[in-house]
Amino acid sequence: MAETADVAVVGGGPGGYVAAIRAAQLGLKTVLVEREHLGGICLNWGCIPTKALLRSGEVFDLMHHLGEFGFAADNLRYDFKAVIKRSRRVADQLSRGVAHLLKKNKVQVIDGEARLAGKHRLAVKTKKSDGETVEAKHIILATGARARQLPGLEADGKLVWTYKEAMVPQAIPKSLLVVGSGAIGIEFASFYRSMGAEVTVIEVVDRILPVEDAEISAFAQKQLEKRGMRLETGATVKKLEPGRDAVKVSVELQGGKAETITVDRVILAVGIVGNTEHLGLEGTGVEVERGHIKVDPYLRTGEPGVYAIGDVVGAPWLAHKASHEGVLCVEQIAGVEGLHPMDITKIPGCTYCTPQVASVGLTEAAAKEAGYDIKVGRFPFIGNGKAIALGEPDGMVKTVFDAATGELLGAHMVGAEVTELIQGYVLARQLEATELDLMHTIFPHPTLSEMMHESVLDAYGRAIHF
Amino acid sequence: MPIEILMPALSPTMTEGTLASWQKNEGDKVEPGDVIAEIETDKATMEVEAVDEGVLGKILVPAGSEHVAVNTRIALLLAEGEDASALDEAAAQPSTPLAERQGNGAAQPTQARQTEAEPAEAKSEAPQDGGDRIIASPLARRMAKQAGLDLKALRGSGPHGRIIKVDIEAALAAGKGRAAAGETPAAAEPPAPSPATAPPAGGFEEIPLNNMRKTIARRLTEAKRDIPHFYLEVDVEIDALLRIRADLNARVGADYKLSVNDFVIKACAVALKRVPNANASFGGDKIYKYQDVDISVAVAIDGGLITPVLRHADQKGLATISNEMKALAARARDGKLQPEEYQGGGFTISNLGMYGIKAFQAVINPPQACILAVGAGEERPVVKDGALAVANVVTLNLSVDHRVVDGALGAEVLGQIKSVLEDPMALLL
Repeated sequence: MAETADVAVVGGGPGGYVAAIRAAQLGLKTVLVEREHLGGICLNWGCIPTKALLRSGEVFDLMHHLGEFGFAADNLRYDFKAVIKRSRRVADQLSRGVAHLLKKNKVQVIDGEARLAGKHRLAVKTKKSDGETVEAKHIILATGARARQLPGLEADGKLVWTYKEAMVPQAIPKSLLVVGSGAIGIEFASFYRSMGAEVTVIEVVDRILPVEDAEISAFAQKQLEKRGMRLETGATVKKLEPGRDAVKVSVELQGGKAETITVDRVILAVGIVGNTEHLGLEGTGVEVERGHIKVDPYLRTGEPGVYAIGDVVGAPWLAHKASHEGVLCVEQIAGVEGLHPMDITKIPGCTYCTPQVASVGLTEAAAKEAGYDIKVGRFPFIGNGKAIALGEPDGMVKTVFDAATGELLGAHMVGAEVTELIQGYVLARQLEATELDLMHTIFPHPTLSEMMHESVLDAYGRAIHF
Repeated sequence: MPIEILMPALSPTMTEGTLASWQKNEGDKVEPGDVIAEIETDKATMEVEAVDEGVLGKILVPAGSEHVAVNTRIALLLAEGEDASALDEAAAQPSTPLAERQGNGAAQPTQARQTEAEPAEAKSEAPQDGGDRIIASPLARRMAKQAGLDLKALRGSGPHGRIIKVDIEAALAAGKGRAAAGETPAAAEPPAPSPATAPPAGGFEEIPLNNMRKTIARRLTEAKRDIPHFYLEVDVEIDALLRIRADLNARVGADYKLSVNDFVIKACAVALKRVPNANASFGGDKIYKYQDVDISVAVAIDGGLITPVLRHADQKGLATISNEMKALAARARDGKLQPEEYQGGGFTISNLGMYGIKAFQAVINPPQACILAVGAGEERPVVKDGALAVANVVTLNLSVDHRVVDGALGAEVLGQIKSVLEDPMALLL
């Protein structure tokens, strides 16, 4: 049986399902093929369930500081099964929500695995049949990505985990080593530390969270170390030797010193590689380069009628980038006017460790490298009334401006709730606000957002509260 | 009500195009799929197919029209049974607002994929029309102000036709702005300080820029940044030239003293006359081809340099060129040049031969397209008929604006200059 559609989307993650809904809104007949579960990694095994876990971690952290707020409690403990169960329940609830949204928008969903099978055609393997065909004028590949495995550093699912096992452990390990200090690695490190594990992070670059502004990385590192985490930067893992119930990890530390660390569990978070296999790309014009599908600014692959969006086309591997690409791709297909290619400097990035980290645009170093004459503003949490009232005095807000035009080139934040705050700066960048517009904006008192105002003022030597 | 045929967008970024030709005439019957017109953009020509059946009632935008905005009504199609009288009424009506036009008779380019059910919000608005309010982002406004760009002349590509940063960048890349040749001080707005560099460490003396220095800094930075320079270099043997020069200068009663540079000016003038396409400048969406051959000559003066212009150099003899040049240079050094004596000019010569410079590359003097850098004349070994010989040689280097003059054309100009300098006698022919 052959289905015919205007648009067929392969993959139901935040890229694919958003593309499908937008296509349906534009009046295009749309089919979505998903092999596992709607919502993709983000919703089932990524962004959402980790936020649920991290929330539990935060609550437990707070419980350890009850005295600060005038409370007392003895015998603090947790029911670990319940923590995991909550995380899974949150994921399931949202996954069902996606199914409902697709249905409401009349997107036809097929449970199965799709591959390109000729021009404008997908062969779909479902539970019921091997040979379903979907014909579509436009095919969007949104197949996502998976954890990268390095030779000698392979996960075994028992003692050496990827994000997937780390999300549903049987118990909290006493000791844990995380390889990689990007967002995923640091979030798990933060969660397990909150739950009481001894945590070591090994990062090959000379600082943690290497995509962030160097000053923010350094600040976050200090805070995480204060929480009792061991962070080794400029270090490499030489060997993993899983035993019966512990892993011997040989590490070369910065400066060349060798050390063997024995831990209960290891989490590998050394990057991501696109799911480009079994898609029938062979013999088509679709090019795969370093594990990711090559696309033009409007997400077109080298094969006419075939597009790719989200993690499978490469960094930054962020759900909101995938969704936005999905919308851009579909609107381009529908001939919507006034589109602009996505500007990577307008994509915010958030890491939900404690303290949180959030940023948008160019780092100070990147701005300098790009040749801008810059003005930099900083404001510390300690100067903000709300931060102190919340008991969150550690953090900072940094802004980078183009001295010539007053364009907000980048904003970088570390501290409580900054992942919720960053959107203000994202909007400023999107609307092309200058420093004057930001200075003239009234920020509510008392809020953490006042620091965003002060940081802008500071860039021009006008900060009031510091 | 006749069906409106609209200017289609051939690509997501297209905002206007040229209506190259009509493939149907008024009164012709049109079937869906018939090619009715051809649209041209800077990138491609594409056919416009009819979506509806009918009779081409009225062509509103004639063939050959440039800068036709996307979604402008270009023709009216009479549906079956409709009377031609409906046309006048429809033509007189203002264009239907965008939201009401969705999906009915809009012509579609062959490859555009438009869906009938596309909701109104999906389309971005047509260019801003009417009203005095210019919709532009704060950043775009500031950038335009700094660059001396008129926002009214721009089309916005942002939501609802808002002018955004990329539109300003595109306009600047196309050479718009800074048209006002007068002073546009960079620091127009106090809160946006001009990009000043921090003072150097250690001892230094601070020398404020005078107006000439400021102009040199601004114009040459713009030139080097915005003009795609390329460079052509050639060696010229000037033994014949030196002999003729000596002969002419030795004449009894000569009221002139010819320099090598005078010959270079003459040679450039002749070359531009012979290759007129190089006597031009870049104008954003056009090229200005000069009718006169006016040569600017760089003259070093106290604290900077200036380029007085020798006008109609192609029509002047060497003695006139020489004497006029001397007078211009003297007035330049005294700071007495009138604006009309140093403004304009289609081609510049910069000669550092007297300083013993062998060869160099000059920065183009905007808006001109070429500048010739002249090195020192000196005896050099050359190979002639397989044997070493000694000749007086000068190295010429031509800097060229690739937007106006391509490699082959540049080479042709430089070749003509060389041939005049190597065989000045031929000027008599």
